Amino acid sequence: MAGHGGRSAAVSAAAPRVSTEPLAVRCLLIGLALAFLFLFLIAPVLMVFTQALGKGFAAYLQAVTDPEAMAALRLTLVVAAVVVPVNLLFGLAAAWSIAKFNFPGKNLLITLIDLPFAISPVVSGLIFVLLLGARGLAGPWLEAAGWKVIFSVPGIMISTLFVTAPFIARELIPLMQAQGAEEEEAAITLGAGGWQTFWRVTLPNIKWGLLYGVILCNARAMGEFGAVSVVSGHIRGVTNTLPLHVEILYNEYNFTGAFAVSSLLALLALVTLIAKSLVEWRSNHNPPDRREER
Amino acid sequence: MGARPKRILPGFGLSLGFTLLYLSLLVLIPLSGLVLKTMTLSWDQFLDTVTAPRVLAAYRLSFLAAAAAATINAVFGLLVAWVLVRYPFPGRALVDGLVDLPFALPTAVGGLALTAVYAGNGWMGRFLEAHGLKVVFTPLGIVVALTFIGLPFVVRTVQPVLQELSSEVEEAAATLGATRWQTLMRVTLPGVAPAVLTGFALAFARALGEYGSVIFIAGNMPMQTEITPLLIMSKLEQFDYAGATAIAVVMLAASFLLLFTINLIQWRSQRHQTMP
Amino acid sequence: MSIQVQNVVKRFGSFSALHDVSLEIPDGKLIALLGPSGSGKTTLLRVIAGLEAHDSGTVLFDGRNAAYRHPRDRRVGFVFQHYALFQHSTVFENIAFGLRVRPRPVRPAEEEIGRRVQEMLDLVQLNGLADRYPTQLSGGQRQRVALARALAIEPRILLLDEPFGALDAKVREELRRWLRRLHEQMEITTILVTHDQEEALEVADQVVIMNRGRIEQVGTPEEVYESPINPFVYNFLGTVNIFRGRLTDGKLQVGELQLEAPEHSGAGQEHAFGCVRPHDLVVSRDGHGMPVLVKNVHVIGPWVRLELRRRDTGEPLEAELPKDSYQDLGVNVDELVFVTPRKFRVFLDGQVG
Repeated sequence: MAGHGGRSAAVSAAAPRVSTEPLAVRCLLIGLALAFLFLFLIAPVLMVFTQALGKGFAAYLQAVTDPEAMAALRLTLVVAAVVVPVNLLFGLAAAWSIAKFNFPGKNLLITLIDLPFAISPVVSGLIFVLLLGARGLAGPWLEAAGWKVIFSVPGIMISTLFVTAPFIARELIPLMQAQGAEEEEAAITLGAGGWQTFWRVTLPNIKWGLLYGVILCNARAMGEFGAVSVVSGHIRGVTNTLPLHVEILYNEYNFTGAFAVSSLLALLALVTLIAKSLVEWRSNHNPPDRREER
Repeated sequence: MGARPKRILPGFGLSLGFTLLYLSLLVLIPLSGLVLKTMTLSWDQFLDTVTAPRVLAAYRLSFLAAAAAATINAVFGLLVAWVLVRYPFPGRALVDGLVDLPFALPTAVGGLALTAVYAGNGWMGRFLEAHGLKVVFTPLGIVVALTFIGLPFVVRTVQPVLQELSSEVEEAAATLGATRWQTLMRVTLPGVAPAVLTGFALAFARALGEYGSVIFIAGNMPMQTEITPLLIMSKLEQFDYAGATAIAVVMLAASFLLLFTINLIQWRSQRHQTMP
Repeated sequence: MSIQVQNVVKRFGSFSALHDVSLEIPDGKLIALLGPSGSGKTTLLRVIAGLEAHDSGTVLFDGRNAAYRHPRDRRVGFVFQHYALFQHSTVFENIAFGLRVRPRPVRPAEEEIGRRVQEMLDLVQLNGLADRYPTQLSGGQRQRVALARALAIEPRILLLDEPFGALDAKVREELRRWLRRLHEQMEITTILVTHDQEEALEVADQVVIMNRGRIEQVGTPEEVYESPINPFVYNFLGTVNIFRGRLTDGKLQVGELQLEAPEHSGAGQEHAFGCVRPHDLVVSRDGHGMPVLVKNVHVIGPWVRLELRRRDTGEPLEAELPKDSYQDLGVNVDELVFVTPRKFRVFLDGQVG
């Protein structure tokens, strides 16, 4: 309900709003919540930036433009540039088949898609080493073909694909399920072809959910550590992504360097959060979602 | 009319086919590879590997730390969700956005940053160690890191549920004579309990397998602060593929169990969901 | 318990929901607050319940100021439009709720609670459903649980906010009658908010008609229907035919019709209009009255509704008559007939209401 207008003094001491707590309790709870968040969220982020700039801006710049750091940055960007579009295709295909059609085993499929979410990143990397590594199941075959996957860039891409596969699908599936198939069916009856229907009817309806999923997928793709750590071989300048590079610098006690590179990733994270919020805001102010009326 | 005609919307075969192909190649085959590799071990070898003292210590640590972190997140996550949904305050939108930070930040950066904050010379570490509480290189530090990465789960699972809870039900309870506390305990809490439980399970599952944010702050001492994923990593570095695989299978089984539990909770809570 | 509402004002931001509303609610009666959406009726109900705080004015319960008492202390039974049942509790627990949350000294023993809940279940005829969950009940059943829950605490007053709004027409009718019988049995002061005039007129002892935050008229169902105080009330309680014309010396000239309006005989020349109900418009072929063309005939059960058009101005009119009268008349579409109002009210232009 709307807030209170002007209240006459005589009544303001009277019956308070029924379904809320007294002001003192509210302030206490807000304070507690903020303290918790500060302790666990804000302090670490601040720490990254203070440590990175701790030895001055020149040292920061040097650490960030170091050739190995740059190579790591390039690799991270390349991996994301490949992984996100592929998983986008996957997400769209999965959501389309699940949301617009009925078939047995749908729930099983959804659970299957959620699987990478539930598996530890290290295990995610391990399974590809077991499959595609030199001593793996497909190892001899790959070696004969001259394809080096594990301890090389393709391995990084594949394990990142695995880890980020659910993101876009999980975003789109419930969204498209809530929207139903009616609009698409209407388009078909009006004579539209399959792709036309998809481009003109489905895509505009899901654009914010799509964007949201892409943002999350990208953040994870760039930031994945555990799985990539297993498959990469840590070859400096070649198979080091940005997060791995951070670890290397830290292990060499080059703290300024480690935090400087971390700050790049932290900036990426903040950009991600802002983009996410913008998308959420836009999607709330634009076409309503297709929920049934209450 | 006759039987329902075949699908009107196009693309079923294409989309489902691609989906299944992708999942098979990316998920099913590699996972079966894991299972196959495990089977190259004899049952005895398998048991020996997964019940070695160092491994058991790692399990216990991973499990307990994850449980502790998930519990902290359940309590404080509920608090944060409550505050964000019920109390408008300046900067609320900002705080709301910030909650997703652990999702957006690479785990390594998070781990590094937390270590710096809680180390002996860090902002919090300084204060805590003065009171005799060492965080880094102890299981406590692991709990801190796991709380960090699990933070958004409970908040984001509870928020939509809280928003949906109509205030009418709380008003009804008030007209029936309940105090605010009674209303919260008897009416509101049962409403959010499934969501809190789901969030807890999600945070727990995530924490169980977490690697990147823990290894910086943990110290990684075998038998003391070595988590299970790290153990797998160590075995891999020593080319003990069989050992790594065996432990990984145990972890996988735990993950599946959790996934199943989460689905069960959600299914059971649907039973009481009403159509308006 | 009697309730006095005195000069209550309630604003939401810049929107005034209640403008200086005053109302007297006698003990033991069933009052209907009737009006279109936005009329303030639900707001008034919630102010009486204490769920909203009014900005100025007083609300007295049995002569004592209720403003300082929290809803939980007012002992009002409130039934919400969408029931607001506790999803996670059984029917039994829902009804028992008000008894369970009483402070320890006043809380009844377990057997007593069981007995009371059973009594309530008997009252609302939901025996055997005690262990069901709200999701397993039909709309009508849920509404009865909501009622039983409110009655279990032995409230001094029962407030119902559009209780039957979300139900099918048939169920609505049944529950409406059942509520009336319940009221007669329990004799508890009851206020019912509704936008359905049929419901209000059928069930209430007194009808309060509200519009845009003000009370238009208070009276028995018969009073408000037969003697509406202004055009708004007239129009709200059923269809009305409007005859515009000039009023001179207490006679309203509308086309060829002349209507006697002695109550306005003092006024000089004025623009005015007469309000006539469809069933008060007598249709004949005998040439007396206003000539109209029959545009459409609707047979609705035992009644016939005629859509008419004035021959002089083309304005639409509506007449209603029993089927046998219609058959005796024997009119068809596009025929010319004559109408005379048997009963009407004349209002001056500007008397909007």
